[in-house]
Amino acid sequence: MSRERPAHSGLRAHVVVPDRGVDVHLDVAPDECVALVGPNGAGKSTVVEALAGLLRIRSGSVLLGDRDLTGVRAHRRGVGLVAQRADLFPHLSVARNVGYGPRAAGSGGQEARLRSDAALAAVGVAGLADRAPGTLSGGQAQRVAIARALATEPALLLLDEPTSALDVDARAEVRSALGTARTGRPTVLVTHDPLEAVTLADRIVVLEGGRVAEQGPTAVVLGRPTSAFAASFSGLTLLRGTATRGGIALDGGGALASSTGTAPPGSSALAVYHPTAAVVTRDGAGPERRVTGLEPRDGLVRVRAGDLVADVTVAVAASLGLAPGDAVRIAVPADELTVYRPDGPTQD
Amino acid sequence: MPDHTDRTPRASPSVRTPVPWWLPVPAVLGGLFVVVPVLAMVGRVDWGSFGALVTSPASLTALGLSLGTAAAATGIAFVLGYPLAVLFARSTSRWIGAARALVLLPLVLPPVVGGLALLAAFGRLGVVGAWLDDHGLRIAFTTAAVVIAQTFVAMPFLVSSIEGALRVGGDRFERVAATLGASPTRTFLTVTTPRVLPGILAGLVLCFARALGEFGATLTFAGSLQGVTRTLPLEIYLQREIDPDTAVALALVLVVVALVVIGASALRTRTALA
Repeated sequence: MSRERPAHSGLRAHVVVPDRGVDVHLDVAPDECVALVGPNGAGKSTVVEALAGLLRIRSGSVLLGDRDLTGVRAHRRGVGLVAQRADLFPHLSVARNVGYGPRAAGSGGQEARLRSDAALAAVGVAGLADRAPGTLSGGQAQRVAIARALATEPALLLLDEPTSALDVDARAEVRSALGTARTGRPTVLVTHDPLEAVTLADRIVVLEGGRVAEQGPTAVVLGRPTSAFAASFSGLTLLRGTATRGGIALDGGGALASSTGTAPPGSSALAVYHPTAAVVTRDGAGPERRVTGLEPRDGLVRVRAGDLVADVTVAVAASLGLAPGDAVRIAVPADELTVYRPDGPTQD
Repeated sequence: MPDHTDRTPRASPSVRTPVPWWLPVPAVLGGLFVVVPVLAMVGRVDWGSFGALVTSPASLTALGLSLGTAAAATGIAFVLGYPLAVLFARSTSRWIGAARALVLLPLVLPPVVGGLALLAAFGRLGVVGAWLDDHGLRIAFTTAAVVIAQTFVAMPFLVSSIEGALRVGGDRFERVAATLGASPTRTFLTVTTPRVLPGILAGLVLCFARALGEFGATLTFAGSLQGVTRTLPLEIYLQREIDPDTAVALALVLVVVALVVIGASALRTRTALA
């Protein structure tokens, strides 16, 4: 594009949409990828639409580098969007789809084709240029959609659940294309896939109920979550309690020992463990709880017992004869439990 | 991709939903009800004099006038009706429902009432007509009046056909085009229009066919002056009292024109979708 833009231009946004209950501050450094995660209805799509200019915001602001985009209409923003559906224009060839942005920016047909070829090559689908969108697989179509967004050289890239409509194999192929796409520009990635967040995002922002519930570097948010959603996002069980000398006294009663990370004794603390690490017995070690629910989970049985959760094999569940209402004891090995302060990372 | 599922073949005949055993009886009667009168009319055609009857100066004038005015009306209906359809399909205002009902009124209005309404507006003493008259423009009982009457009656067919096509796809492609930097005008021309082209073609055909057959509003608002406002339907009605053979011969011409228009559009739609 002929439009000049500063080499280093991060995003500073404050998105306020009162009728959807959304009030979110979002900063993305130049060349940073921020994963926006949260339960359905948390406001992720609203934030993306507001950043793209597809949703007008009454208050708040969207600043990209030294440009104020707040009242700017979508087509003048220079913000690229890849959504869940590829939405390739069905009446145009792949090459013309990708060349659409350059044409709209004033490029001639030949230049648009060159940009289109370059963008398609960058995501590894140069061979699809002359195909019709209807003949592509889901993964191919999504990679073309990524190329189409890249061909406009967007100053900000929005990836709104770019792989959630794809099967596992296609996801892997699209994820590598996303890795190419996110370099060199601020990127916001909305995702439900922890693997995607780990491979692509530098930072994670957790939205809950239209507000930022938690944010921090990817490893910290996934490893030491402070919000219920972030914990479930990385498959962990989150416990609240008070730190003790060797572990945590749970708000729900009982105590668990930890050998990996502690908080100052007496202070309020959080603890996480993975449910497969927990051991369920009738009268062994660990805090006593009543079983509140049983559900199948990837070949295992998930035992919910108040604040504690354990994934046990079907054989174990059968030999214990578990049913809702039963009293059980759930133990977590000390080296599988991480205890930390709720207000951020601690020094180990 | 939704484009795949669109082309998925329907369930094979062996598992099609059974229909009630008695259903074919009224269905066949319904078909015959439409076909028999047309065939009966064809049977009444005096083939010996057919050529001479349809090529008489009065007939050719009426046919030419009909094709010309219907084409003009279709063109005007497209220029005015397509934007209207886009507004109807895209607007989220709660008044748009009322506006649509008013604009589509000619669909259900008796054409003669439409003619009276047009006279009230564009007649020499009408709201608009008086002003035009002051500027030396008279519309009522001219060829322009024929075109106006046809446009009035036929445009709703075009509007509702295109609006339906617009609603099917929603506006997701338009939103994509905006994020790619396309202005609303560029998006309208390069995304919206190509996508609803089949709907536009169908609308144009319906509109042209309706304009071609217009009778009541034309007679009321434009009268029946040979070579000026006497279109083929008016000529047929007139000849029916004077010379029934001519009327039937001309009617057959209209049937053939209608078949050609519908056949051509079916062909175009199929190639457009392929």
